[in-house]
Amino acid sequence: MNERPAVSGEPILRTKSLSKRFGGLVAVSDISLDLHVGEVHVVIGPNGAGKTTLTNLLSGDLLPTSGQVMFGGRDIAGCSSDQISRLGIGRSYQKTNIFLPFTVFENARLAAQSRTPHALKVFSRAADFAEINQRAEAALEAAGLTQRAGRVAATLSHGEQRQLEIAMCLATQPRVLLLDEPLAGMGPHESQRMVELIKSLTADHAIMLIEHDMDAVFALAHRLTVMVNGEVLESGTPAAVRSSPAVQLAYLGGEELLHD
Amino acid sequence: MDFGFFLIQLLNGLQYGLLLFLVASGLTLVFGIMGIINLAHGSFYMVGAYLAWSLASMTGNLATAILLAIPLTVILGMALERLLFRHLYARDHLYQVLLTYGLILVFEELRSLIWGDDVHGVAVPALLNASIPLTDNLSYPVYRLAISGVCLLLAAALYFLIQKTRLGMMIRAGASNREMVQSLGIDIKLIYTLVFALGVALAAFAGMINAPLSSVTPNMGSHVLIICFVVVVIGGIGSVKGAMAASLLIGLAETFGQVLIPEVAGMIVYVLMAVVLVWRPTGLFGKA
Amino acid sequence: MNSRLTRFLPYLVVGLLALFPLVESTFYLQLLTKVLIMAIFAMSLDLLVGYTGLVSFGHAAYFGLAGYALALMTPGYEAVSLWWSLPAAIAICALFALITGMLVLRTRGIYFIMVTMAFAQMLYFVFHDTKLGGGSDGAYIYAKPSMKLGDVELVNLEKPAQFYWLVLFLMAATYALLQRILGSSFGRALLGIKVNEHRMRALGFPVFRYQLASFTLAGSLAGISGYLAAMQYGFVNPEILSWHQSGAVLMMVILGGMGTLYGAVIGSFAFIMLQEVLSNQAWFGAWAKHWQLAMGILIMLVALYLPQGLAGLFARFRSKPMPESADE
Repeated sequence: MNERPAVSGEPILRTKSLSKRFGGLVAVSDISLDLHVGEVHVVIGPNGAGKTTLTNLLSGDLLPTSGQVMFGGRDIAGCSSDQISRLGIGRSYQKTNIFLPFTVFENARLAAQSRTPHALKVFSRAADFAEINQRAEAALEAAGLTQRAGRVAATLSHGEQRQLEIAMCLATQPRVLLLDEPLAGMGPHESQRMVELIKSLTADHAIMLIEHDMDAVFALAHRLTVMVNGEVLESGTPAAVRSSPAVQLAYLGGEELLHD
Repeated sequence: MDFGFFLIQLLNGLQYGLLLFLVASGLTLVFGIMGIINLAHGSFYMVGAYLAWSLASMTGNLATAILLAIPLTVILGMALERLLFRHLYARDHLYQVLLTYGLILVFEELRSLIWGDDVHGVAVPALLNASIPLTDNLSYPVYRLAISGVCLLLAAALYFLIQKTRLGMMIRAGASNREMVQSLGIDIKLIYTLVFALGVALAAFAGMINAPLSSVTPNMGSHVLIICFVVVVIGGIGSVKGAMAASLLIGLAETFGQVLIPEVAGMIVYVLMAVVLVWRPTGLFGKA
Repeated sequence: MNSRLTRFLPYLVVGLLALFPLVESTFYLQLLTKVLIMAIFAMSLDLLVGYTGLVSFGHAAYFGLAGYALALMTPGYEAVSLWWSLPAAIAICALFALITGMLVLRTRGIYFIMVTMAFAQMLYFVFHDTKLGGGSDGAYIYAKPSMKLGDVELVNLEKPAQFYWLVLFLMAATYALLQRILGSSFGRALLGIKVNEHRMRALGFPVFRYQLASFTLAGSLAGISGYLAAMQYGFVNPEILSWHQSGAVLMMVILGGMGTLYGAVIGSFAFIMLQEVLSNQAWFGAWAKHWQLAMGILIMLVALYLPQGLAGLFARFRSKPMPESADE
C-alpha cells in the first residue's frame, strides 16, 4: 500500500469536541477531527459507533448537543441542513435518498438547480437553463450514469442508484464531501469504479468517507479515524492507526486483517 | 368575580376539559399507534349521544341506556376497523382524510335518517339530579361532579393500561415497530382493532354522559372534532399525557373566556393553538 | 397520444366551452359556470396537494374570505368595480395565506392537516359569531361588480353569458399560469419537495420559502374562485368557509386525479355533476334530500379504489404511467 502524504495547512473543516446525546443516550462524544482539501479522511468503526450520527451532525441533519464545527472561520454547528449545503458541504446518504419517480437526469438537474437562485424566474421553463443542464450532465458523467440519464430512478439497479446518490451530491458543486458508505451493496466492479471516482475528486475536495470495505479504505485514506462507542479511539495516518495496539484489540481483532 | 362564582367556573372548566380528554385520548391513541387521521372521530361522539337519547327514551333511564349503548359502540368500532380503517394503515394521509370525510357524510345522513334532525334533551338520571352547596348561596350540580369523577377514573384506567400492563406495552411497541411486534408472535391486527374500538367507545361514552348537559344536536360531532384536533396539536400526537394537559388547558380557557370575554371566546382555542405552533410545533409533549 | 394533439387539446376545449352560451342559456349555462369556478378552486388546491405535497383541509378559508371581501366591498345596492375589487380580494387572501402559512408550515403531516382545518374553522367562527358579515345569516350582494372603462360598460356581468365568458377566461388564465409556473425551476423544486422534502433540504433548497410561496399562491388563486362564486350566488354565508367546502374541493382534486392540472378540471366537472344528479328530486324522490349519503359512500370508494382519480383511469387505458416525472 502506498503511503499518501497527509496534507498540511489549515483544515477547511474542523470539529471541536462535538457531542450529541439523545436524552440519556450518548451517541457521539467529544469528536475532534479535521478535513483538508486534497485529502480523504476515512472514518471506520463497528455498527453503532456513531459514524452516521457524526455525518448527520456535520451536514446539519442533527443539532449537536455541544461542541463546534468550524468552517471558513465560523462555527456552523446548529445551522440547518440547507444552510450547510449552500456553504459548500455536500453529503451522500448511506440509505439511498434520491427522487425515485424522477428520471436520472432530473435528479441531477434538480441538485444542480439548488446552486442558482432561478427560483424567481417562475415563467421560464426549467429545462431551458443550459448552465444547470451542463452541470447535471457533468455530474452524471463523473458518476458514470450518462447512459442512464433518461431512465426513471426507481428502475435503476442498487449500484446505479448509489452512483446517482453521489452524482446528486457532486451536482451541487461542494468543496467538502461527506460520503456515508458509498460502496454499500456494490459489487466488485462497481466498487472499483466508485473508488476511482473518489480518487479523482480528492485533489479539489476535502472528503470524509465512512466505509466498511477495507480495500477501499486503505486505497483511499490519507487520514484514518477509528470510532468506537461514539468516541474516537485512534486518529492519524493509516500506518499509525494500523499499528496502534488499542485499535487492533478493539476493532480489527487481530493483526491479519491489517495487512493488505 | 367572587370566590363562589370562580369556583363554579373552575369546576365547569375542569369538567369540560376532562370530557374533552375522553374524546381526544381516543383520537391521539389512534394517531399515535396506527398513524391514521380520523376526521370521523367526532361522529362517534355524536353517535354516542343519539344512541343514549334514543335508548333512554325507550327504557326511561339514562344509566340503562348507557350500559346498553357501550357494547354497541365497541362493536361499531371493531366493525369499522375491520372493514374500512384496516385498509388505510399503509396509505398516504391524504386518502385517510378523504375516506374519513366521506364517512362523516355517511354518518350524518344516517343519523338524519334514523333519528332526524331535531335537537333533543336528555334527562339527568334521578339519582344524580341534585346539587351540593358550595357557598352560602351557590350550589353545584352533582351530575357534573359525577362526570368529572368518571372521566378521572377512566383517565387513570387508561394510564394504567398503557403504562403498566403487558397489553399496554404491546400497544406502545406496536406504535414504534410494527414488524418487530408481529415477529414476536403478537397479533398486531388484534391490537389495532382493540385500540380503535377503545377510541370509538371513549368518544361515544363521552357523548352519552354529556348528553344531559349539552343536549343532543346534529352539529355536535363537528364541533367537538375541531376542538379535539386543537387538543391533539397542542398536546402532541400520540401523547395521552399531552392530551390531558391540553384538554384541561382548553377546558379552563374556554370556560373562563366565555364569562370574561364572551365576544371573542370562540377564538381562544385557535389563539392557543397558534401560540403553541410558534413555540413548539410538535406539541407540548409530542416527539420532535 | 400524439404530443401535438395533447398541446392543442386545451385550446380546443376552451374554444368549445366558449361556444356553449350560444346553444344553451339558463340552467345548464349557470351550472357550467359553477363548474368552471370550482375548477379554479380545485386547481389552486392541486398546486398545494398534487405538486407541493401539502394536504390542506382548510382551503375553503380563502374561498370564503374572498367571497366575504366582495360582500363587504359592495356598497349597498350599487355595483363595485371589478377592476380594483378583484385584485383587492386576491390581495386579502394572499395576506391571510402568508400569515397562516408562516404558522402552519411549521408543522408536517397529520399536524398540518389538522391546523389548516383549525384555521379555516377559526375564520368560520369569526364570520359566524360576529356581525362582520351578517353573522350566521350571511350577507347579500345586490349588484354584481361592474367592468367599466370610464362610462362605457365593457362587460355586463349581470348577463349570464358574459359572466360565463369572464369565468371561462379566468379559468383558462389560471390554467395557463399554473402550467407555466409548474414547468419552471420553481415548479420543479415544488415537485422535488413533494417527493423527498428531506433531500431537497440537504441539497440546499430553502424548503420553507418554497412551501410558503406555494401556499400563498394557492390561497390567492382560491380567492379568485371565491370572488366569482359569491358573484354568482349573490349571497355569502359562513358555510362557504366550512370544512364541507374544504372536503368537497379536496374530493374534486382526488376524483379528477391529483398532480395533473386538467385532473382538477375534470374532477370539478364530475363532482358537481354527481351532486346535481344525486340531489335531483325528479329521479330520486325522497332520497334526493339525503344525497350526501351517496356522495359520502362515493368519496370513500374513490379514496379506497381510485387513488389516481379519473385521470389515472385514462392513463391506465393508454398504459402510460402517471406524470410523476417532472420531465416534459
